[in-house]
This record gives sequence, structure tokens and C-alpha cells, in this order.
Amino acid sequence: MAQLIVIGLIMSSIIALGAIGLTLIYGILKFANFAHGDLMTVGAYIAFLTFTGGGHIGPLSFGYGMILAMLAAMLVVGAMSVLIDRLVYRPLRRRNAGLVILAMASLGMAIIVRSLVYLGWGPDQRFYSSGLQYAHQFPLGIALKPDQMFIGATALVSVVSVYLLLYRTKLGKAMRATADNMELAKVAGIDTERVVIATWAIGGSLAGLAGVLLGIQSHLMPEMGFIFILPLFAASILGGVGSPHGALVGALVVGISQEVSTEWISPAYKPAIAFILLFAILLVRPRGIFGVKV
Amino acid sequence: MISDFLNPSYLAGFLTLVLIYGVFAIGLNVHWGYTGIFNFGVAGFFAVGAYTSAIITKQPASGAYMTYIGGLHLPYVFGLLGAGLACAVLAFIIGIPTLRLREDYLAIASIGVAETLRRVFINEMWLVNGTRGMIGIPQPLHGLVDTADYKYVYLAIAAAILLVVYVAVERGIRSPWGRVLRAIREDEITAAASGKNIFAFKMQAFVLGAFIMGIGGAMYASYVRAITPDTFVPMFGTFLIWVMLIVGGSGNNKGAILGALAVWLIWDRTGALVSNAQDVRIFYVRNLLIGVLVVAVLLLRPKGIWGEEKRVSVYAGKEPERRKPKEVEEAAEPLTSAVSTEEEADDSSRAT
Repeated sequence: MAQLIVIGLIMSSIIALGAIGLTLIYGILKFANFAHGDLMTVGAYIAFLTFTGGGHIGPLSFGYGMILAMLAAMLVVGAMSVLIDRLVYRPLRRRNAGLVILAMASLGMAIIVRSLVYLGWGPDQRFYSSGLQYAHQFPLGIALKPDQMFIGATALVSVVSVYLLLYRTKLGKAMRATADNMELAKVAGIDTERVVIATWAIGGSLAGLAGVLLGIQSHLMPEMGFIFILPLFAASILGGVGSPHGALVGALVVGISQEVSTEWISPAYKPAIAFILLFAILLVRPRGIFGVKV
Repeated sequence: MISDFLNPSYLAGFLTLVLIYGVFAIGLNVHWGYTGIFNFGVAGFFAVGAYTSAIITKQPASGAYMTYIGGLHLPYVFGLLGAGLACAVLAFIIGIPTLRLREDYLAIASIGVAETLRRVFINEMWLVNGTRGMIGIPQPLHGLVDTADYKYVYLAIAAAILLVVYVAVERGIRSPWGRVLRAIREDEITAAASGKNIFAFKMQAFVLGAFIMGIGGAMYASYVRAITPDTFVPMFGTFLIWVMLIVGGSGNNKGAILGALAVWLIWDRTGALVSNAQDVRIFYVRNLLIGVLVVAVLLLRPKGIWGEEKRVSVYAGKEPERRKPKEVEEAAEPLTSAVSTEEEADDSSRAT
């Protein structure tokens, strides 16, 4: 059980990175970005493309090349998110298209992005590095691979950075103000278009990073991000849409529940656990734990 | 590329699928086109309809590689109605927590239902035979003609069902009940202020649309005769049907059927084009094409090919806008020139 909780924490950290981006975009632009999981996929594959070995850092299964590949993935996916916004979502926003039209367009983008991944790399599973890794033994029967500790540490650093950005910088303040009330933010002199670009850049690069970490944890395949979309939405809604620390709490609940559930039911139902949590929260408290309104 | 259609047998099969997808598109039109219900889990209803009709019409399970519940061996009509009812019940359950919330919550919940159900169908072997799927689903009136000619019989059956569904939905939409649905779609608060029970009307529309999707699922099951959980992946089971409705014109049943024809034509022909390709990756070009198509339509022609009529009441009389569809058809090629006239901008804002 302790082992499942720890693995759950590792998965939570990946879910959190995706869910924070999703909830920021959801909060500021008021639409459900169904392409968010596929942005993760792109990140994973960009890292696969740019990763060129480079020895090993300590006991990890990869070297400094992976750090560079991660940065490349964040950069590319962040830029791609901004570009997609300019080409697709912004024209729709300008026309005052409803949130449903935007969500539909994002599903279209999800299909486009995934098809491009399929076209580029084919449907087969890919791995960043081959070979087995020995797990470190900890008390309570917990066994963790060095790579998994790396995932947890990277996610933690990123979450702290995002927190500092949101709560300690002027841009973060502008982002929170825009999420709260875009019209009021405009009146107060905030350049909301700039905020939107920043949101996509941050949300996109976090998704890219999450994809790479997911690839390290298991393997790469074109559907990897799309399968993740339910846990992402469950975490954001559980925590309250638009609330980054809510997404963090939501990610912990969803990630740990998914892993612990395998004690009793088939692992094939992991995404179903996310869904049941989502359904329950919609039934009981649709605004989520930290949310303000629906 | 066109030569396949000169073969009447191929054409019959093609048209049957267009008609089946037409039923789905009309079902989704009841949800989204008329009421503004954002159902992203069409694949879930598709699957429940198809499997329900299979276990109603098939004989009880026998043999080592067949395990499923039911096997009632009842006529096709019971399969259709049972499939519709099963989906109606499912919609009712999903609707309780989600129909009171903002539209996108229903979208997320319904995508979750569809994926969860697919996993149940894959993993619970006893239910509907897991990944081995249901094979040999009975077809109605099979003994009537020679097996080689059966395609035409089923085409006629599919056409008859689509006609019944079309007439029923058109009557409903042009009734006062249908006008309330459209009022809810345009502005829930105003409709509520006029004394309409928003939740009840939305629930009725959600259940009705799901019933129609169940019928579509049953029609599909008996047409292909073999279904596996893979049939109901989101791309094929949900997205394609959405694209049909959006391309055809949501809020217009004729547009929905036209969209089914247009999109299935693209899907079928691109499929034929890539089926003998060496590289399996080429297959994904058609997914890409469908994705690009829907984004392009949303950006450039949000109303679709055959958009909604402004007034649908039978009492409102003929008005100039009624002629619009014809003009649109004649001027089919300048897709881009019709970008965001004020009227269109107006229309696309409705869901906020």
C-alpha cells in the first residue's frame, strides 16, 4: 500500500504539471482545452527527437542530454501553444464564439496534433533509454527507481517556480486578475492579450515537460496524452477551475486514488477512477475544492 | 477514385452507412444543434446501442469463445427499441449531475462515460465477450432475398428508419416544445424567466437524442454484424459524428444528413486511397484531414454547409430566409468569401 501511495505521488506530480496549465487556460480563457493531453504527447516526442544520450547522471538512466531535451520540449510546446492560439483560438475569441465552439476547435486541434505525431513516429511504443534500472529500497517496503525520484524532484521544482511566478511577480498578478475578471483587468490597464500569450506559453511548456516526465516514467506512444486527459480534467475540476493550487491538490487526490485503486480492481480501470472522482465532485460540489463559481 | 461507386453493391453499402450516420447526426443535432447540450460522449451511446441490440437479437451464448449476457433472440425491432431505451436510461443518469452545470462540464463527463464504458466492454469478458467482440449479429428479413442481394434490403430498412427519425424530430422541433429548446440554447436565463423548467426540457432533449443514437447503434451493429470495443474509439465513434454535424450545419436536420454524406464520402474515399499504402502511417493522413476540416469550418464557415433556418414554426409562414439554403448550395465553392458576415458572427456567439 505504501508503495502504491508513493507511485501515486509520482503520477500526481505529472498530472499536476498538466493540470496547472489546463486550469490556468480554463480560468483565463474560459474554455476546456481538449488538446492539452496531446500537447503533452508532443513534448514527449520533441524530447525523443532532441535527446542524444550524453552519458548518465549518477544512477539515472539518462544524461545531461535529457535536461536539454526537456528544455527543448518546453520551448517547442510553449511556442506551439501560442501559435495555435494566434491561428485558431484568437480569431474565434474575436468573433465572440462561445466556449463550446472553442472547446470543439481544441478537439479538432487535438486530432490534428495527434495525427502529426502518428505521421512522424508511427503507432509503436518508444523508449528514451533501454535497460533495466535497480530500485532503491526504502522502509515500509517502498521501492523507487532513481528515474522516478528525478520525476518527482523535477515536478516539485517546476510547481514551486510556477507558484513564485503567479504570486510573486507582476505578470502573475496580472494573470490572476485576468482569470478573475477579464473586463475588470482590462479597465485596470492590464494588457490582457499579453496575459493570454503568457498563459499559453506557461501552460504549454508545463504540458511539454509533463509529457517528457510521463515518457520517462513509462513509454511514448501517440495516444499517451489523450489517455491522460481525464485525470487532467478531473484534477482541475476537483481543485476548482482556475485555481493552480486547487489543481495541485486535485492532482494528488486523482494520482494517488488511481494507483491505490489497483489494490482492489484491475489497473485497466485507472482512468475510470479519475472519471468517478470527477462525477462525484460534479454531483456534490461542482465548483471544486477551491473554486468560486461554475 | 469514383469508379467504386459504379458498382451498385458498393454504392449500397456506402449509402447504408451514410444513412446510419445520418441517424447519429440527427441525434446529436437534438443535443447540440437545437438545445446546446455539449455531448462529447457519442461513442458511449453508440456502443451501448450496438451492444444492447446485439444481446437482444442474438441467440444465447454458446461455445468456448463466446460469453455474453442476454441472448434473447428477439426480432430486430426489439433490438432497435431496446438499444434506444438503454441509451435513454444512460443519458438520464449522466444528465442528473451535469445538465444543471455549464455546458463544458457535460462534455468532460460524457467523454469520461464513453471511455469508462469502453474499458468495461474490453475488460469484462462475461458482459459482451471482451475484445473478441460480438460476431454474427442477426440481420432483419435475411431470408427474404438471396444473400448477395441482402445489401439492398438493409439499405431500404435503414432509409425507412432514418425517415421515421427525421420526420419525428422535425415535428418535435417545429412544435412549441422545440421552440423552447431553441430558446434555452439561445438564452437560458430568458427562457427560465418565461417560466420554463430548463432542467426538465434539457433532460427531455438529452434523453431523446440519446434514444436516437441508440437506434443508430443498433442499425450499425446489424449492418456490420461484428462489433468489438475498438469500433467505439473516440475518433470514430464521437469525433466523426461531430464533424458531420458541424460541416453539414448544426440546427438543421437536412444539414446533418448532408454532413453525414459529405464527411463519410471523404472518410470512405481517403480510406480507399490509403488502404493499399505500404507505410501504415499514411492511414493517419485521413485523421489529420478530418481535424483540419473541422477547424477550417469553425473558423471560416461556422454555420456549416446548410445552416439553420431562422424560423422553423409551421405557422410563421414563408419568409425570404427560407430560400437561403439554395443560394448556399449554388455558391458552394467560395467557402472563404463567406467569412464572418455580421449574421454569422452573431450566430456563433450563441453558446456563451
